[in-house]
Amino acid sequence: MTISVKFFASLREKLGIDEKQLAPAGLETVQAVWNKATDNAKQPPNLLSAVNMEYVDFNHPVKDGDEVAFFPPVTGG
Amino acid sequence: MDKRVIVTDTIFDPLQEVQRFQNAMQAKGQFGACVTFVGTMRDFNENTDVQKMTLEHYPGMTEKHLSQIIDEAKNKWDILDAFIVHRVGDFKPGDPIVLVATWSAHRAEAYEANRYLIEELKSRAPFWKKETLKEGTRWVEHNTLA
Repeated sequence: MTISVKFFASLREKLGIDEKQLAPAGLETVQAVWNKATDNAKQPPNLLSAVNMEYVDFNHPVKDGDEVAFFPPVTGG
Repeated sequence: MDKRVIVTDTIFDPLQEVQRFQNAMQAKGQFGACVTFVGTMRDFNENTDVQKMTLEHYPGMTEKHLSQIIDEAKNKWDILDAFIVHRVGDFKPGDPIVLVATWSAHRAEAYEANRYLIEELKSRAPFWKKETLKEGTRWVEHNTLA
């Protein structure tokens, strides 16, 4: 199994990453997933994150099989 | 699949959608009020002409959160049903972006629930707008105030 990481919108374009699969070893929080997936890129202000499609903060734990997503403020409607 | 939520990449007719949904409702005879909100793409934003718009979303999370906010509205107000259609992909000025429809016995609940749904959608549903201007493209960084 792996942790699947997704990036959306301006963040996806800026980082040039759409999706990544990471080995779960050593990845205990959303913050750790960000660091690993982006090679410690600086976090933009207002960055949002979700685990398994629910909003979470960066201290939220992650486990094998989770889907973690990072994206800018939403602008629908 | 939640029949109360549609995310589509093709143009839709909001009033036809309201009629179609209402025709399939079980609560016929119980509702005395239907409130609809239709959001339409403008050809200007922050004093610049916008030629085209592209809407990206997070498939799965979008539908999940739209269902959640409908459930919340049903808990807060005495509404009989609610329906949301949201467009994604490429579209042009004048195209409908979003439809929110609410049904209740009396108008107050349908109005209030409708306002709740569109405001929550705008702040929580993972959609992102990118505008094409004469000078290139830009991501919309935040929604305008109501």
